[in-house]
Amino acid sequence: MRTAAVSEEVERELDGALAEALPMLSYRLCYAEFALKLDGGEADMTFARAASHSLVAHLAGCTHVVAFAATLGVGLDRLIARYSRLSPTRALCLQAIGAERIEAVCEAFETDIRYASFGGRIHTRFSPGYGDLPLTFQREIFRVLDCPRRIGLTLNESLLMSPSKSVTALIGIE
Amino acid sequence: MDFLTYIKDHTVVLDGGMGTLLQSAGLGAGELPERWNLSHPLVIRDIHRDYLRAGSHVINTNTFGANLLKFSHEELENIVCTAVCNARMAQECASVSHPTWVALDIGPCGKLLKPYGDLDFEDAVALFAATVRLGVKYGVDLITVETMNDSYETKAALLAVKENCSLPVIVTNAYGEDGKLMTGAKPAAMVAMLEGMGADVIGLNCSLGPRQLRGVIRELLENASVPVAVKPNAGLPRNADGKTVYDITPEEFAEELAEAVHGGVRAVGGCCGTTPEYIQRTVDKIKNITPKPIEKKAFGVVSSYTHAVRFEEDRPVLIGERINPTGKKRFKQALVEHDLDYILREGLRQQECGVQVLDVNVGLPDIDESEMLCETVCELQAILDLPLQIDTASPAAMERALRRYNGKAMINSVNGKRESMDAIFPLVKKYGGMVVALTLDEQGIPSTAEGRLEIAARILRVAESYSVDRRDIIFDPLTMTVSTDPQAANVTLEAVRRIRGELGCLTSLGVSNVSFGLPARDTVNSIFFTLALQSGLGAAIMNPYSAEMMGAYHAYRALRGYDANCADYVSFAAALPAPTAVSASSAAIASAPAAAEGTLRHAVIKGLREQAGVLTAKSLADGAEPMTLVREEIIPALDEVGRGFEEKTVYLPQLLMSAEAARAASEQIKLHLSQTKEQTAERSGAPVVIATVAGDIHDIGKNIVKLLLENYGFRVVDLGKDVAPEKIADEVVRLGAPLCGLSALMTTTVPAMEETIRLLRARAPHCRVMVGGAVLNRDYAERIGADFYGKDAMEAVRYAEQICGE
Repeated sequence: MRTAAVSEEVERELDGALAEALPMLSYRLCYAEFALKLDGGEADMTFARAASHSLVAHLAGCTHVVAFAATLGVGLDRLIARYSRLSPTRALCLQAIGAERIEAVCEAFETDIRYASFGGRIHTRFSPGYGDLPLTFQREIFRVLDCPRRIGLTLNESLLMSPSKSVTALIGIE
Repeated sequence: MDFLTYIKDHTVVLDGGMGTLLQSAGLGAGELPERWNLSHPLVIRDIHRDYLRAGSHVINTNTFGANLLKFSHEELENIVCTAVCNARMAQECASVSHPTWVALDIGPCGKLLKPYGDLDFEDAVALFAATVRLGVKYGVDLITVETMNDSYETKAALLAVKENCSLPVIVTNAYGEDGKLMTGAKPAAMVAMLEGMGADVIGLNCSLGPRQLRGVIRELLENASVPVAVKPNAGLPRNADGKTVYDITPEEFAEELAEAVHGGVRAVGGCCGTTPEYIQRTVDKIKNITPKPIEKKAFGVVSSYTHAVRFEEDRPVLIGERINPTGKKRFKQALVEHDLDYILREGLRQQECGVQVLDVNVGLPDIDESEMLCETVCELQAILDLPLQIDTASPAAMERALRRYNGKAMINSVNGKRESMDAIFPLVKKYGGMVVALTLDEQGIPSTAEGRLEIAARILRVAESYSVDRRDIIFDPLTMTVSTDPQAANVTLEAVRRIRGELGCLTSLGVSNVSFGLPARDTVNSIFFTLALQSGLGAAIMNPYSAEMMGAYHAYRALRGYDANCADYVSFAAALPAPTAVSASSAAIASAPAAAEGTLRHAVIKGLREQAGVLTAKSLADGAEPMTLVREEIIPALDEVGRGFEEKTVYLPQLLMSAEAARAASEQIKLHLSQTKEQTAERSGAPVVIATVAGDIHDIGKNIVKLLLENYGFRVVDLGKDVAPEKIADEVVRLGAPLCGLSALMTTTVPAMEETIRLLRARAPHCRVMVGGAVLNRDYAERIGADFYGKDAMEAVRYAEQICGE
């Protein structure tokens, strides 16, 4: 596969998108830590149980689990909505910036947890919808973290989150 | 004693945190505290009692999250009933000597409203209404709406309160460190909207400690004409041994609140982390402070979901007039075709030109104005943050749009006819708003300033009888055409002066009317505008695209000393295009090295939007055939970029930039054709219908497909995102669409796509269905019965060409 060159025009477009997006971001995150018991095909996380083989396999060896939720806020959604009317190119770039930023928030949080766990090994994050952990598990995370009140993150009927650039996940601690 | 009478002369003490106390009494993480009314009534009563004994006048029932999203009808009724009962029993048992009231507590519902979430505004109103009715049934004294972090949800809750009872209502919002609500509203914006709707007490609660909220408190006091309430947290939370603790002591808390009371706050209490001790200390600190009288603010104000716009002498308000079909062929065409993108772009363009308010008029004989107005208002407020002026002759359309408006709107208009005032003033009273009052009545428009002044005075009297505040009325003494009556401008200007001077009211004018029938209208308009400003005009409905009008405005402010260092004027002038802009850019094009550069084809390939528009306009002016431009310049350019994309030598942003440049070119062609009344350059025949399926809100892929299809001349009807199968089938049948494109990003919404296809097969067997989206592939598409799977937008275009070419 050939690699396409990024034209000067695209570079300029990206700079413009970054300049507009960054001031709109409002990083918010909330989390809580729970004792974990793995029991056959089920993970008992104190606040909820999940019958998920992939989650159990992922958390093997862990004694605790951190549930967290992170969001970039609704400002970026508004900007994206504006540009999907005005300029799909800018909308696309903003989407990509949002995806990268929320991932970066999660990475930074994982690093924090790693430091805070005093050398305890931590497993990479695992979200509802991965493997056989159903998307409906979102409801449990939202219930226990009280996301709407704490960080303004809400869950829609179809289990999508609003604002859209948001992540919920579990991190296992050995 | 009546609460509203009491607060007139006293500082009211509210209660403190409930959730924190319940947690220390054993409420588990994720457990619903409202159920404790039933399971632990004594705990709840003790908390209420302790607050009353600490000195609270108002206690909130333990019903923060009591709504139908969390509980069944039956359980909700049980909860509200026992919650009120617990508060009443505490009131009895506390036996305190000061007056006390029980308030039904209403917190946010935990969902974000459309368009950024999935809860419809009316559903939110209904949700809160159910709780309000129960509170009223079980006899609360007041309603508290609290911790709301979104202005739209706050509006839904307050509307539910107002439509279901006449109890006093306290509304407090949760402001963040940036001094705004989570969805962007500043305190001044909330005050404008909530006062307009009749909230009795307005303020803040939760989120931060009193120290961090000083700025918000100040802004509330500077803007509110009603009592201000403050219920902060006990400082900032931090984690200590797995428990949440707050960082300020009851003493520090009380000192901060006493400061707030000195500043004019009239209701104080606490939120997370505060206990009866915090309230007790606060009562001790404030008991000897004489309540500061509540100052009624004199300025007029409107608001959007983010900010308030004040009507002040040094900054007359510019209201953009371009969202209006009158005399605008291209705009009419957009309305008939339901081309919201065009309308929204007009809104954004006016915002860029510097207007503070947008007038919205979409009245046209052949369209459903009520539906279109409401939709346009909702779409505009989704993407831009200017206050809107809703402009319609139909009170029904007005009410529908006002209901959904996220802020305090301008209402255009009422006049001196009894019928008009009886229809419009109740809407102003209910939804809030600043209403434009035209000085005409059953006898028409008086020819003298005196006559117009008399009508204005009468309108004021009637407004008062509807308890509409005079600062919510802005008079339009009507601009008449100077070419038919040489005194027309003088009379209007005199009326402006006298309404300002004798009635002390604001005025607004639709400036452009003055020059009908004259050449070089901008010159006449801008001089008339300057004269009107000099006469004390508070606002103007005007054309912000006119450099002369904008120049007059900025120069006026600079000359009157309203523009420090002429800063606004200088930045306005800096943004002006050089007078020789067109020739300069053509010179630049001409001097470009390669021959290919400077052609429309090159501009589209490179994705140079502005250049593509300018070059198209120039070619058309030079007599080029629109269709030749499309066939020989635009389409070959798009094909070239499209091929590059298919061969992976061009990235998606480059493809889109070209598509946007092509759209800019097409827009010039459309404009040209609407002026020359020729047939459009679009393909004839039925349109392609596209939608993101029910349950899915990801629409970027769908939008890209739409843009490219339009580039290739297809007429596209875009139904938006999260569209029900029935609606898609209805539209395909109604339009006789030969092709329908469906998009889905998530696995969970593929069943909705499958159902849509099934319905289309049954109801529109003639229609081909193409699908796309991240979760799909060719096999999957076949399995759910689609005719075609497009892996990207170019494939969708190729398929559409194949189908519509058949």
